[in-house]
Amino acid sequence: MLTKRIVPCLDVRDGRVVKGTKFKDIKEVDDPVELAKYYNEQGADELVFYDITASYEGRKLMLDVVKKTADEIFIPFTVGGGITTVDDFKEILRAGADKISINTPAVKNPKLITEAALRFGAQCVVLSIDAKKMPESGRWNVFINGGRVDTGMDAIEWAKEGVRLGAGEIVINSIDADGVKNGYDIELTSAVSSLVNVPIVASGGAGKLEDFSEVLTKGKADAALAASVFHFKEIEIPKLKGFLNEKGIPVRMEW
Amino acid sequence: MIAIVDYGVGNLNSIDNGLKRLGFSSIVTEDKEEILSAKGIILPGVGAFKDAIDNLKSKGLDETIREAAEKGIPILGICLGMQLLYEKGFEDGEWDGLGLLKGDVVKFEMKDLKIPHMGWNSLKIRKNDPIVKYISEGEFVYFVHSYYAAPGDDHVVCSCEYGVDFPAIVARGNIYGIQFHPEKSGKTGLKILKAFGEMVL
Repeated sequence: MLTKRIVPCLDVRDGRVVKGTKFKDIKEVDDPVELAKYYNEQGADELVFYDITASYEGRKLMLDVVKKTADEIFIPFTVGGGITTVDDFKEILRAGADKISINTPAVKNPKLITEAALRFGAQCVVLSIDAKKMPESGRWNVFINGGRVDTGMDAIEWAKEGVRLGAGEIVINSIDADGVKNGYDIELTSAVSSLVNVPIVASGGAGKLEDFSEVLTKGKADAALAASVFHFKEIEIPKLKGFLNEKGIPVRMEW
Repeated sequence: MIAIVDYGVGNLNSIDNGLKRLGFSSIVTEDKEEILSAKGIILPGVGAFKDAIDNLKSKGLDETIREAAEKGIPILGICLGMQLLYEKGFEDGEWDGLGLLKGDVVKFEMKDLKIPHMGWNSLKIRKNDPIVKYISEGEFVYFVHSYYAAPGDDHVVCSCEYGVDFPAIVARGNIYGIQFHPEKSGKTGLKILKAFGEMVL
């Protein structure tokens, strides 16, 4: 049976893992290579690495950090941040990434999704969407540049369009829920998952064990991504998986 | 020496890294001599069937792999690399594969399941083979694919369930195929690479 995935996310700035609240007040946490090794041993099902400053500074990813991290882990590895061309995809895949996550550049140049999917396969093109609920409309808008700029685009429509263009997976990150540790945005995640036919990774808001079980059942997510609860060891992955397993949610229990 | 065939795309370093971690010597190469003098060959692959087979052909590596197969060198295709070993692929058209295994590569067609089949899924062991000597029934491995092999004869070592029961590990003579990514499947994956490495020593 296909299991639900537990995905620690390493937000990296200047080669260090950082984690903030609602994208602001960033605090430094640890060395990405050491954290990656730790998560690999703890039974993480996948690892995500975002160079969070790369996109708006126009800086390219630090390929050596990607490579060092990739060399230490034997689980799938997704990398995002500052990836604007098909050649960037190639370089990062060569450095050891399995999937590439694109956010702002996909909005600015949707053709990038198609070109990358044709060249490397849809399975390595992950469309990451930062969504924020608009009080007036009750719908979610797509934000870019690290949550700084409202595009006015509808997040659910953009997810559908992204899949049509060739994305093989969607990461849906709720800006409202991010860093607040009050649970994932179930409504948003479930809406996206019901309307697109690719795996959905829920992101933003994990604070306790029940948040994970809720987003993987009610939220219809295929994977749950989290950062600070794992980095600060508030939730340990083996314990989380034991909890999900007891709830009857299929997870990989041996690693 | 295990030759990992480099034909343009894909995460070749992970396989190389996995083999080296296990103590095997390996090389990422597109050099025909190097491939034909290797004790074992790994054909990796991510991406689209047509691009991959076109890339192999443009470098003349399709002939090299057929020659290696005839020489009896163990060949392991991984993911798309496994699919290329079959006669035909039906990804956005109809394309000839290497034809080293009988059967076609077809798309998952289930309305209620998400495509690609992405994530950790469990193996069912169908047949005893040295490639599975270190693993047991039900172990989890990492899959990412939208197409699967529909074998034309009985060469399935392990299968997996995703709407249909499809081949996860296949073996016929010196030709091996693995639909999942052993280099991304934690300890279970490394045990499978170890078994292949020992076979070719």
